[in-house]
Amino acid sequence: MARSLMSGNEAVARGAWEAGVRVGVGYPGTPSTEVLENLVKHGDVRCQWAPNEKVAAEVGAGVSYGGARTLVTMKHVGLNVAADPVFTLAYIGVGGGYVLFVADDPGMHSSQNEQDSRNYAAFAKLPMLEPANSQEALEFTRAAFELSERFDTPVLVRSTTRVSHSKSLVEVGEREVPPAIPFERRPGKWVMMPANARAQRVELAARMDRIEAFAVGSDLNRIEMRDTSLGIITSGIAYEYVREALPEASVLKLGIVNPLPEKVLRDFAASVERVAVVEELDPFIATRLRSLGIELVETGLPAIGELSPGRIATAFGAVAPSLRDAIKDLPPRPPLLCPGCPHRGVYWALGKLKAVVTGDIGCYTLGALPPLSAMDTCVCMGASVGMAHGLGLTGAVTDRPVVGVIGDSTFAHSGITGVLDMVYNGADGTVVILDNRTTAMTGHQGNPVSGKTLAGDPAPALDLEALCRAVGVASVRTVDPFDLPATLAALTEETEREGMSVVIAKAPCALLQRSDAQPFAIDEELCTRCGSCVKLGCPAIMKRADGAPVIDTSICVGCEQCVQVCKFSAIVPVGPACDFGGGL
Amino acid sequence: MSKVTTVVLVGVGGQGTILAGDVIAKVAVAEGYDVKLSEVHGMAQRGGSVDTVVRFGECVHAPIVDAGMADHLIAFEVTEAARKLQYLSPQGRLVVNSRTIHPLPVLTGAVPAAVGAEAELQYEGAIFIDAEALACEAGSPRSANVVLLGAASYGLPFAEGTWRDVIASRVPPKTVEANLRAFELGRNACAEGVCEL
Repeated sequence: MARSLMSGNEAVARGAWEAGVRVGVGYPGTPSTEVLENLVKHGDVRCQWAPNEKVAAEVGAGVSYGGARTLVTMKHVGLNVAADPVFTLAYIGVGGGYVLFVADDPGMHSSQNEQDSRNYAAFAKLPMLEPANSQEALEFTRAAFELSERFDTPVLVRSTTRVSHSKSLVEVGEREVPPAIPFERRPGKWVMMPANARAQRVELAARMDRIEAFAVGSDLNRIEMRDTSLGIITSGIAYEYVREALPEASVLKLGIVNPLPEKVLRDFAASVERVAVVEELDPFIATRLRSLGIELVETGLPAIGELSPGRIATAFGAVAPSLRDAIKDLPPRPPLLCPGCPHRGVYWALGKLKAVVTGDIGCYTLGALPPLSAMDTCVCMGASVGMAHGLGLTGAVTDRPVVGVIGDSTFAHSGITGVLDMVYNGADGTVVILDNRTTAMTGHQGNPVSGKTLAGDPAPALDLEALCRAVGVASVRTVDPFDLPATLAALTEETEREGMSVVIAKAPCALLQRSDAQPFAIDEELCTRCGSCVKLGCPAIMKRADGAPVIDTSICVGCEQCVQVCKFSAIVPVGPACDFGGGL
Repeated sequence: MSKVTTVVLVGVGGQGTILAGDVIAKVAVAEGYDVKLSEVHGMAQRGGSVDTVVRFGECVHAPIVDAGMADHLIAFEVTEAARKLQYLSPQGRLVVNSRTIHPLPVLTGAVPAAVGAEAELQYEGAIFIDAEALACEAGSPRSANVVLLGAASYGLPFAEGTWRDVIASRVPPKTVEANLRAFELGRNACAEGVCEL
């Protein structure tokens, strides 16, 4: 059969589909998002976005106990949110196969930390498979469903950015749907209360022993004997780097990273003269080997960030290649808010108020960067609300308003409970919901606010105003963030008010609807070079060397935010830029 | 192991480096090679610095590449060409779109623009292509990335027909002709010596 080019995420989706998965559920997060976006394309699998990863894990549990196979997807930090059910699901086991796909982000290309999810497998006592490329992503996902049902356990499949977002050739198989398992009342199994949990705890330990015994003979772990002077134990993408950097070395490639099979580790270590572990992030495998008393070559490879073939080669004595001279003094290129982004108007207004802004996770986190520099904290999904509350409790900020800023998807994910907390505990404070009708940063996924499901079907759109009123927020109002004076007036009023307030800044993401508005230009005769427009941080506006601002009409979308901050009416419409139609 | 060829495409998020990398990968697959491609999504795509790596050969392991190891560097923008120059091996081929997109710190005047990057790239043997101008000439200003593919194709061991087939299958049907013209203009620019080393 012809092989086709697939990303790791596409291949996980394909593997789940071939395994007969009936329901896919998750929360978007780079680098995990495309798994469900590809799974839904198969049509015969029900796929949906949950408001957060905990709910996704629980929906998956219901599907599994109902006897069908389910795939639950999230990024590494999402597994923190889902950890509560996941740890107990390990005790309970499964009905239909339950596979939880988690994608880590070593190097933090698009994440706030680089936690190593393999630790969760050991911590929760769950088996974990780790593919190294797209073919394995497909095969391991299929195998994970088999393992899940065979050993009565949820199974974790762990990927990293370089597996999820790399494409390689894949040979696909056929879909085989296993017969559904009828739902039965099984209180001793499904109801985790202390008496049942104590029994299941013992069973959990025995199950992990059984899985380790299975791992000893499993072809998911593979030994490649070459030169026996050096043996490398590795897994995931690091395996591919090792093969390139040390083509002569013998390799134990672990496909099952939890439980680690003691016998296999010992036998391999005994079969080579020196043994080293090459793994990205935490010394997860190395620690296990050391606990077995196996002496390892000190590689000096870092436990921070990504590995690469070159890093591995030099760690084992290769001479680094000669490089061209670096070109120095280049300006940095941080990511930025798009031209016409509705968030810009809100940050401008918050800047005017000199507000202390507790921020959150999404495109709008970019408002923390200059020149807006409008965000003072960013921790995790939903943190903006609780942190605004907490900062208010200290009384540390008296001369300026404290405002929590959170996106619509993030609000549905875990901002609502923070608002409940503020209302319940009588907090003063203002929360701004940046409602751009989508989950923009991860690529415009639907969410409970957007009125669109993962499959693209219409859904009830959460009425944020009604919700906030219903939970008891004293003052709730909606503003158009493209109307800068109105946004500033609303924020001024609400932050001065006693009691809790919510301002919903509602306007669609600039990338969702192509603007047909005219671009603008700056009338140099009227412009006083005051710099107000430049401070918006719009990529369409440039401050020339002589201090005069100019607008790049080819990327200006005519949002008119700059027009409103110009006190001299120097920003005027120009004719539409020409566009003959699309390229790639 | 036989030689693996590495192409690195660099640019600014939104310029179409991912799609261009995808075309190169598909052409390499059609020509019978093992292929790996790596790209970064998420935050980097919001106008940040982005790179896509395509590697092909008899057997490819790593989807990424270390500094000094790339055979081709195709830059969609001058500053990014300069920033990522060290990826390219001393013998590698450098194609640069002669366009500068100022990053936000330059636009706001916080830091100065790169001075002399083009001259330094010239010294490093860069082949400059005015991809936007050639794309306009082809009748599709947004196909600058296809012009650059044309320029890149001249140094890659794939049949022209394979390129044309893959490009035609990837662009909107109405724009096939303009995109194929854009490809040809980029390719010819090299063939005619505009971009002789």
